[in-house]
Amino acid sequence: MEFGLSEEQDLMQETVRQFINQECPPTRLHEIFNAGEGHDGRIWQGLADLGLCGLMLPEKFGGAELEVLDLALVCEELGYGAFPGPFMMHSLAGVAIAKAGSSSQQDRWLPQIANGAQVATLALGEGANGWECSEWSTEVRDGRLHGIKDFVSHAALADLILVGLSDGHFAVVETGAEGLSVESQDGIDRSRPISRVKFDGVRCEVLNESGACVQAIQDVGLALLAADAFGAASRLVDLAVEYTKTREQFGRKVAEFQAVKHQLARLALEVEPTRALFWYAAHALDHLPIEASRSVAMAKAHISERGIEAARAVVELHGGLGFTWECDVQLWFKRMMFDRTYLGTPEFLRERCANLGGL
Amino acid sequence: MDLTYSVEHEKYREEVIDFLKGWPLSGEDARLPIEEQESLFRQRGIDAGYVYRNVPREYGGAGQAPDALKDSIVREEFFRVSAPWDLLNQGAGMLVPTLLEFGTEEQKRRFIPKALTGEERWCQGYSEPGSGSDLASLQCRALRDEEHYVLNGQKIWTSNAKQAHFMFGLFRTDPAASKHAGISYLIVDMSAEGIDVRPLREMTGGSEFNEVFFNDARVPVEFRVGAEGEGWAVSRATLIHERNLIGNPNMMRDTFEDLLDLARRTQRGGQAAIKDPYVRQRLMEIEGYVRTVETSNMLQFTATLRGEPMKAMRPMMMNKLYSTDTMQRIQRCAFDLLGGEGMLAPSPEDIVGWARNTTSTGWVEAYLFSLGPAIAGGASNIQLNIIGERGYGLPRDPRPPEKS
Repeated sequence: MEFGLSEEQDLMQETVRQFINQECPPTRLHEIFNAGEGHDGRIWQGLADLGLCGLMLPEKFGGAELEVLDLALVCEELGYGAFPGPFMMHSLAGVAIAKAGSSSQQDRWLPQIANGAQVATLALGEGANGWECSEWSTEVRDGRLHGIKDFVSHAALADLILVGLSDGHFAVVETGAEGLSVESQDGIDRSRPISRVKFDGVRCEVLNESGACVQAIQDVGLALLAADAFGAASRLVDLAVEYTKTREQFGRKVAEFQAVKHQLARLALEVEPTRALFWYAAHALDHLPIEASRSVAMAKAHISERGIEAARAVVELHGGLGFTWECDVQLWFKRMMFDRTYLGTPEFLRERCANLGGL
Repeated sequence: MDLTYSVEHEKYREEVIDFLKGWPLSGEDARLPIEEQESLFRQRGIDAGYVYRNVPREYGGAGQAPDALKDSIVREEFFRVSAPWDLLNQGAGMLVPTLLEFGTEEQKRRFIPKALTGEERWCQGYSEPGSGSDLASLQCRALRDEEHYVLNGQKIWTSNAKQAHFMFGLFRTDPAASKHAGISYLIVDMSAEGIDVRPLREMTGGSEFNEVFFNDARVPVEFRVGAEGEGWAVSRATLIHERNLIGNPNMMRDTFEDLLDLARRTQRGGQAAIKDPYVRQRLMEIEGYVRTVETSNMLQFTATLRGEPMKAMRPMMMNKLYSTDTMQRIQRCAFDLLGGEGMLAPSPEDIVGWARNTTSTGWVEAYLFSLGPAIAGGASNIQLNIIGERGYGLPRDPRPPEKS
């Protein structure tokens, strides 16, 4: 009975944090944010060199065969760093192929995904609130993919897109295929730019080896988003603490004012204890299958909601500076907007929790 | 991370479950008054090694080797069937751990056994009318007269003082010393001359609190715990036990389950309230907090077990406030579900403090009662100071100059 991280997990988080501090400090983050591509080939290669691109993939494909919790711990660090790039969707795509791809499909794609040479992403949502496959119309007819997907992260960069079908399977599309069009949306979180992607009779392959797995991959996604949101929320708390300890008004550090101090303590109170919530949810996916779906939905709903409220307060604590584009806070604020929304808002997920809990 | 138990601990759980088949009592025993049934079963639990596991045998405990995992297994299983377990009152819950840490051999032998059985009841004398959050400013005096201290002054918010045989409390033994240094931790026999207990009435309608007045009441010197002038440090240890008492995750889950039951049996718009979309949202949001209490508790437990409690210092500091906030969220929701019945006053049998609620007016009492823990043992605004200052290194509140 141990609900704590291993030394290896502590070390991995430390390694990722140091890497981000060195390679992508806020100054660099602003540059990437302003350029709008949400990607930097050099830092992507850095992640790949750390062996992170195939963290959950089988060793025979160059992966590390670790668990969802390990991946979530990396995502926590990426959230803490507002790290730009396709890491989360790329990882989920790899897991989907490993779970449901045939051995030839795995042989073809997984080594390239595990070493980061190819970038993969996921196309799931249809319309503003269409996160469940029962609401989708994307389908494969006569071996050709038809449909429209919204909010596809890093679609313009990806080599492979895993497209969620209305029957709960994934179709794999190689970008550059005929009939595929990527229309960039002006996404709020420029660390993870989004597109609307149209599939007009595109050649594809369906992952059909072990049944439908869209829901299972979305559950992993919810755990990763919860972790990313926790990391981002923790950073927002740290930013506010740091700023109010240095900013002076009325001849004092503003953190000396109890109104400010208590607001900061409340923020921390809403965020810090939820670390255990995402740990548990991620762990449940590998070890507690009966409660896993409900746990991840609850963790994502709770952490992203607390996190976005924290983000609003942290802007206010920075005063006018917090409202500017130059301020670091906006990077994490927008990270949180993405994390809160993608794969379903807290309201949507809570209704799912209520159903799964037999309410 | 591994949420399974070792073979040894699984086997231990089986033994506990087997033992608990003896509760509720049966046969002749079941005809005893309920208090006696509880005492009887508690004693069997001590003899079997499950109750007061960590209190040595010579003081009336089970004297088991420390094993926090076994502690938690026992607690879980006893809670599951509501069997009498360690008393979580001021005596067994707060005085006993303090005496185990700071008491003399005589004090341990004299006071611990009867505190464990509940035969001798205890109350806590900390707060005073002028000293609430700023406890260390307390003025109640205990001046030395040969082999006694002579007590003069007043304590307030003293739960169960009417029924208590003894009080443990903080008294100013050296008015000339600086604020914290002049305080000693004393045990007071409540039957002594010069002690007057006057009940207060709470907003729930209950009367748990009292004022206690001391007028030349005498306490033998050997009833002092720890050295003279070191009462503050002794009491800190006790307060940690009180906060742990408040942040009990089993109780939180039970109360949340009760809330779900209330939502099931409450009608709203021609259907059970639990089918109402807004109610469902609210319940699930609250469960997010309850789950956080539960999982954060597991995290802290493992950190402690590994001997690395520093790693969980922040969530530990947050426990009290997070738990009382969560409980208040549950109670607010229950109050809204009650509708018009929320305007009814609790009856005397509803006034049960921590116990679980089934009736509407029981929920009304719990709605009111949930404010108590938010104030006791360090009010919420004090908790925010602790979190901010010790958890995040924020500047301390400006200190007024010490009185000279």
